[in-house]
Amino acid sequence: MVLKIFFPQCCNRADSGLLVGRWIAGHDSAVVLAVIHYPFIPGQVKQYIQQMQAQSGVELSVLGSWSLPKEGQEGLESFLRDLSTIFPQERWLQISRQMGKTGFTCEVLSRDQSEKLNLLTFIFLSGGSARRSNEAEAKKESKDGGDGEEEAEEKVIFVHYEQRKVMLSQLHPIANENPENKSEPSTELREMFQTVAHSQPLFFLDKYDDGLLKSTHWQSEGREASIIVELMKQASVPLCIFISWLLSVWTWTCNIWIFSVFPLCFLSSILSTFIQLSYRTEHMRTLSSPKSAEGHTQFMRKANILVSVLVDVALGVFLMSWLYRDDHISMLADALVPAADHVAQQLEELLQWLMGAPAGLKMNRALDQVLGRFFLYHIHLWISYIHLMAPFIEGILWYGGLSACFGLTFALSLLSDMVALFTFHIYCFYVYGARLYCLKIYGLSSLWRLFRGKKWNVLRQRVDSCSYDLDQLFIGTLLLTILLFLLPTTALYYLVFTLLRLVIVLFQGILHLSVDFINSFPLFAAGLRVCRSYRLAEGVKFRVLCEEPGTALHLLMEINPLKFSSVVRTYRTPTYSCYPKDSWAALVKKLFIGELIYPWRHKTTKTD
Amino acid sequence: MEEEAFTDINGKPITLDCHSHSSFCREFTVSSPKVSIGKVMVYTCSVWLLAYAVFFFTQNTAVLSSAILITLVGMMLHIHFVKVDHESLLVIGSLGIQVSSSYASGREVTTFIEMSKIKDIVINEAIYMHQIIYYLCVLLKEPFEPNEVSSVVPLFQSSKPRLGCLVKVYKSCQEILSTCQ
Repeated sequence: MVLKIFFPQCCNRADSGLLVGRWIAGHDSAVVLAVIHYPFIPGQVKQYIQQMQAQSGVELSVLGSWSLPKEGQEGLESFLRDLSTIFPQERWLQISRQMGKTGFTCEVLSRDQSEKLNLLTFIFLSGGSARRSNEAEAKKESKDGGDGEEEAEEKVIFVHYEQRKVMLSQLHPIANENPENKSEPSTELREMFQTVAHSQPLFFLDKYDDGLLKSTHWQSEGREASIIVELMKQASVPLCIFISWLLSVWTWTCNIWIFSVFPLCFLSSILSTFIQLSYRTEHMRTLSSPKSAEGHTQFMRKANILVSVLVDVALGVFLMSWLYRDDHISMLADALVPAADHVAQQLEELLQWLMGAPAGLKMNRALDQVLGRFFLYHIHLWISYIHLMAPFIEGILWYGGLSACFGLTFALSLLSDMVALFTFHIYCFYVYGARLYCLKIYGLSSLWRLFRGKKWNVLRQRVDSCSYDLDQLFIGTLLLTILLFLLPTTALYYLVFTLLRLVIVLFQGILHLSVDFINSFPLFAAGLRVCRSYRLAEGVKFRVLCEEPGTALHLLMEINPLKFSSVVRTYRTPTYSCYPKDSWAALVKKLFIGELIYPWRHKTTKTD
Repeated sequence: MEEEAFTDINGKPITLDCHSHSSFCREFTVSSPKVSIGKVMVYTCSVWLLAYAVFFFTQNTAVLSSAILITLVGMMLHIHFVKVDHESLLVIGSLGIQVSSSYASGREVTTFIEMSKIKDIVINEAIYMHQIIYYLCVLLKEPFEPNEVSSVVPLFQSSKPRLGCLVKVYKSCQEILSTCQ
C-alpha cells in the first residue's frame, strides 16, 4: 500500500520541529497542517493540540518530526528519533530535507517494529510556479534508506498543496451538510479539503504572538485583516435589525390590507409588479436576517441576492437618470396617445379589409358585417377611453418612472403591466373570437358525428354508433351545413386576433424573461469564478514536473476550477417561474381547437 | 520515454508516448496529426473565391470584409474548441487517474478520478454502422457499492487509436491497478 502525505508548500523551508496534522482513516494518508518549532515543552504541545481539537472539531495529532538542519544544528537526528516515544502514535513519520536540495526523505516508524521504508515518489501539489530543478540526490537517499531491515516494501507519496487556496476552496458537488445524513463515506480528497478548511483556529498563531509555542503555516508571517471589513461587519448588525423590522411591518400591512380586499388580491396575483414586489421582499428578508450564514450554499445565496439587488438598483437609477433628464417623460407621453390612435386606426382598417373580400376569399356577408361592426364599436369605445385618459398619462408616467429606483426589474414589470392594460381591447377581441370559434368547432364536430351516424358515449369516453330518427338527422345535417359554410369567416377573425394577441404575448414574454434573468443570475458566483477561481473547485489536477529515472518523482497539483455552466446551474437563485407550461405541440393543438391560451402562468415559489 | 507510431480507426497516423515516472506512476500521451496546411489553404481559398463571386454580382464590399472575418473567427474557434492536439492519461497508483486533452490553441481540459471511484479499466467494443470500434474506458463505481458499475468514462475519444495501441496502454495500466488498488 502507498502512504500519502499531504504537505503544505509554506512549510517547505520551515525550521525543524514537530509535524501537526491529521491521519485520514481508511485511506492510508495524512494531512500535515503546521510545524511546531523547537524549543517546546511536550506537555504544552499536547495541551495546545487538545485545545485546538476542541475549538476546530478536527482530530489533530502529532504526526511526526520534520528536520531541515541548518549550520550548527547537527545531532538533531537522534533527538528526533527519541521524540517518537514521547508522542505515542501508531505510525511516526520522520521527514527530513537538506538545504539546497529538492528531495525529501521520509522514514515511517511503526509502533511495533521499526521498518525502514523506501521513499520512491514525491508528488508536489502546488498552485504556484515550478521553481525546482532536477535532483539526483533523492536517488542516493532512497538507496541509503533501503539498507537495514526491510520487511515490507511500502511507498510514500508526498503531496504538496497551497494551504490558503485549499482552505478557502469548496469542492463541488457540495456534499449534504446535514450531519445526520452521513451515510456515505467521504472520498480522500473531500476529507483532505474539509480538514484544512476546518482547521482555521490552528492558523491563528502567528510569529508575533508571545505565546509559548512557535509554529509555521500559511498565516504564520502575520495575520492580515481589513479594518473596513471589520467596521462594515459591526455596522451591518443594527442595519440588519432595522431592515428586518421594516420588512415585518410592510408584510403585516400587506397581509391585512391587500389580501383581504377581494379585487386587490386578485390583481396582486395577476399583475407582475406585485409579484416582483413580494419576491423582492422575500429576498430582503433572507438578506437581513441577523444570523450569519451557516454553510457554503447559504453564504453564496445571500451574496448572490445582495449583488443582484445592488446591480438591479444601479441599473434602475441609471434608467431613471436618463428618463428624467431632457424632458424625456413628456416626450414619451406626447408620443403615446398618437401611437394608441394609430394602432386603433390600423385595427379599423384591418376590420374594413376583413369585412370586404380579404385575400380574395368570399365571406358570408351577413355574419361578416355583424362581427365587423361589433368589433368596430369596441374600438370606438377604446379610443374614447384613451382620449379621456390623455391628460393623466404624463403624471402616470412620471410617478411610474419613480418605481425604477427600486430596481430595473420593477420598471420592466411595470412596463409589462402597462402594455397589458393598454392592449386590453386586443385581449378582449381575442377572447370573443376564440370563444366563438371554439363553440363553432365543438358544434361542428358533434354534428359531423351525427352526420356519420355516430355519437359520443360519455360513459365510455369513446365514439359509438347510434341510430337517429329521420327528423334528427335532417335538422342535424342542416345545422352542420350552416356551420360549415360559416366556418371560414369565423376562422379568419379568430386567426387575425390570435396573431395580434400572440405578438403582445411575445413582447410581454421578452420582458418577463429579462426580469427573470436579472433575478436569478448568480453574479457573485460568476465573479468569484472569474477572479478567485480556486474557491469553486470541481476537482484537482496533477502535473508531472521534471523527473529522473529511478529517483523521486515531482508532480504538480492545482485546483481545477468549476466550469461556468456548472456555476450558473448550481448557484441559480430559484425564481417564480414564468416559463410556458405547455409544450409547443400542446400549444398548437389548443390554438387549433380554439381553447384560450395563457402561456405565462406564474408559479409561486412554494411549489409542491 | 518511448514513442511509437500507430494508426487511428480512420487510418491517419498517431503517436503513442509512454512515460514511466516511477513503478506506480505512468503517463500515456496519444498525439493526433496536426492541422494540415493544405486543408487550411483549400478552405480559405474556397471561401474567398465564393466571396469574390458574390462581390462581382452585388458590388458590395461588406461581403469581402465579412468573408475575411468569418474565416478568421472560424479558424480561431476551430483550433480552440475542436482540434485536439494530444490526449494524455496519467495513472498514479492508489491516488487516481487523470485524463486530459489539450487543444491546438493550448487550452487543456483535465479531469481527475479518485482511486476509490474506479472499478477497472477495460477495452470495450462498440458497433457503429458497419464498423466495430474498440475503445479504452474507465469503469466507475460508487464508493459504497463495489459491485455495480455506476458510469463509464471513455478515453482517447478524439484520437481513437486502434486495438494494438489500446492493448499496450491497457496492459501497462493493469500492472499498476492490480498492485495499488
